[in-house]
Amino acid sequence: MELNGAEILVDCLQKEGVDHVFGYPGGAVLHIYDAIEAQDKITHVLVRHEQGAAHGADGYARANGKPGVVLVTSGPGITNAVTGIATAHMDSIPMVVISGQVPSPLIGMDAFQEVDATGITRSCVKHNFLVRDIKDIATTVKKAFHIATTGRPGPVVIDIPKDITIAKMEQEEYPESIEIRSYKPTTKPSNRQIRKAAELITKSKKPILYAGGGCVIGNASEELREFTRMLGFPITQTLMGLGAYPMTDKQSLGMLGMHGTYEANMAMHGSDCVVAIGARFDDRITGNLAKFCPTAKFIHIDIDPSQISKNVVADIPIVGQTAQVLQALIAELKDKDLSDISKWWSQIEEWRKVDSLAYKKSPGVIKPQSVIEALYEVTEGKAIVTSDVGQHQMWAAQYYLFDEPRQWINSGGLGTMGFGLPAAMGAKLAMPEKDIACVTGEGSIQMMLQELSTMLQYATPVKIINLNNGYLGMVRQWQEFFYEKRYAMSYMDALPDFIKLAESYGHLGIKVDKEEDLKPALIEAFKQKDRTVFLDIITDPSENVFPMIPAGGAHCDMLLAGRDEMVSKDETDFNAV
Amino acid sequence: MRHIISVILEDEAGALSRVSGLFTQRGFNIESLTVAQTTDPTLSRMTIVSSGSERVLEQIVKQLNKLIEVVKVTDLTSQDHVERELMLAKISSTSKEGVDLKELVEIFGCKVVDVKDKIYTIEVSGKTKKINAFLDAIEPSNIIEISRTGVTGISRGKKLI
Repeated sequence: MELNGAEILVDCLQKEGVDHVFGYPGGAVLHIYDAIEAQDKITHVLVRHEQGAAHGADGYARANGKPGVVLVTSGPGITNAVTGIATAHMDSIPMVVISGQVPSPLIGMDAFQEVDATGITRSCVKHNFLVRDIKDIATTVKKAFHIATTGRPGPVVIDIPKDITIAKMEQEEYPESIEIRSYKPTTKPSNRQIRKAAELITKSKKPILYAGGGCVIGNASEELREFTRMLGFPITQTLMGLGAYPMTDKQSLGMLGMHGTYEANMAMHGSDCVVAIGARFDDRITGNLAKFCPTAKFIHIDIDPSQISKNVVADIPIVGQTAQVLQALIAELKDKDLSDISKWWSQIEEWRKVDSLAYKKSPGVIKPQSVIEALYEVTEGKAIVTSDVGQHQMWAAQYYLFDEPRQWINSGGLGTMGFGLPAAMGAKLAMPEKDIACVTGEGSIQMMLQELSTMLQYATPVKIINLNNGYLGMVRQWQEFFYEKRYAMSYMDALPDFIKLAESYGHLGIKVDKEEDLKPALIEAFKQKDRTVFLDIITDPSENVFPMIPAGGAHCDMLLAGRDEMVSKDETDFNAV
Repeated sequence: MRHIISVILEDEAGALSRVSGLFTQRGFNIESLTVAQTTDPTLSRMTIVSSGSERVLEQIVKQLNKLIEVVKVTDLTSQDHVERELMLAKISSTSKEGVDLKELVEIFGCKVVDVKDKIYTIEVSGKTKKINAFLDAIEPSNIIEISRTGVTGISRGKKLI
């Protein structure tokens, strides 16, 4: 049968098992939209801004592990999506973005809505393609999904000129698999490295497991649990790894890094053997590299060789899929004797007693931490929580104890404000039976507000937990600490009435400004199974995120709430971000 | 330290910009970069001269390998290899210290390939050091224009990239 390029493309997407496409039409993709309209296997979600499409597909992918698919037009369509693509890239999220391009003869002529899509996205994708021939559509789509979902996942952009979507050809078989000679990610670890790692692990007297997003994205949660329990080692998780190991478990020390717990950071600082599993020693984790883990040897497990010895030199590098590496380590260590680490545990228990996440309640104001605690209680710790970026993100990470992978969805690497709401929508479409909470702030939510409209159209009920303190809180916190309380542009005047706003979009709005109303409001919101509820919660504007390692500090230089409130300017490393 | 990195990559539009983009994006330094087709018309071979510490070099090699179109990456510096660079230089008449240009051409084993308007075009090939030495031997004001290819290299004997 003769099909046009657009029909072939949509057919390929169907054969890839795509069920949702997040997109926005425009001139260059009209033929593709025509082909989408003619079928019913794929649901197209019409977002209100292309950034929302990319975040929506991203949230979908993070929630169920399938690649997210985005469809945008040329020019502003793809440039608007770039922030979302870069967000997915930094967090290794599988995504395929199809962008329309001006017709081939017009490329390079500064045509209407022309932009060099492959050029613009090059540094924030795993790979990108410009399709130059209708015959290449099927193999390109196959390659794109293969690259996006294997090895270290990431976004792949396919730029298709309009004339290619109009041209016709006899339909060919969609390839079942594809070989790319220049792309063969290592998945299975080297036995030699496994033996070396096992030896170091058995000798360690102060071990710590440091699990990152690679355990979630690599679906290694089960193996991680078995490995951790078998060894009886303490485990700390990065912002991206939360839930890979249950945070309520006694071996869990919680999150590490800039706003990590005292016990996690002190254990890293004192450890003699750090086992990094799908984590990349990001600057928010390590703080000052020169003072990072001064006594530790490092075993670094990652599927991406370029992550190993990038920031911290690994003593034993292991390249491979986190799940496969952990299986190999479990097999290798099964009957081996471990060192006695009871002293190490009692030291850790001492650190735990500091209770670094304790906070003072004050009458008359709602503490943001207590909102997350109440959310945890009301949802029985079972909701999927998405977040935006800032203080609320840290509080959600600290106080909602995630027990399952893919339960916590946030922009960790790029730190994209505006991510939370469309990601919640995508997560709801991926996991319709789950309760979804979007923890946000009055700053972040305003960056992607328009998606409230999409959420009504596609009936994706989520609960928006807006921690409204009137400030860009994280900016304000840094200004308080490091800029002598000069609050430049961190106060937001003229906020909208979020209740009326939610209502105007057809949702339910509830304002909460008294502590005693908090829990009942949350209960009421989650009772509304079929509606998106916007909870505008007025919280203490002066609250800061603690503990905190000031930029450029070491793990042992942590500031604790109540103990240290301020840092002198001279001690701050302004070169650190 | 200076390193010569050989890269075999798919001969596809955009592959070169991916490599050069990678170097700017990550702040790696490029002294020279040459690229041309191999005996397999679907593959190109690129030679990059870069400098940096061992850690930076390790990252360069790993990041290059990570590019989807890159088939193979080798640091030639770490093995027995031959390296060459070619320069075309337009020189007007005499050299420094009165040494005759023709004599100089003989000493350096290079060739005069053209002469027009009393300007000689000389082809010099060899290691970068030799080319630099040739230029040093000529009065700077007599060097009208030069064009260098950048280094290309290959390993010796049976060892392939």
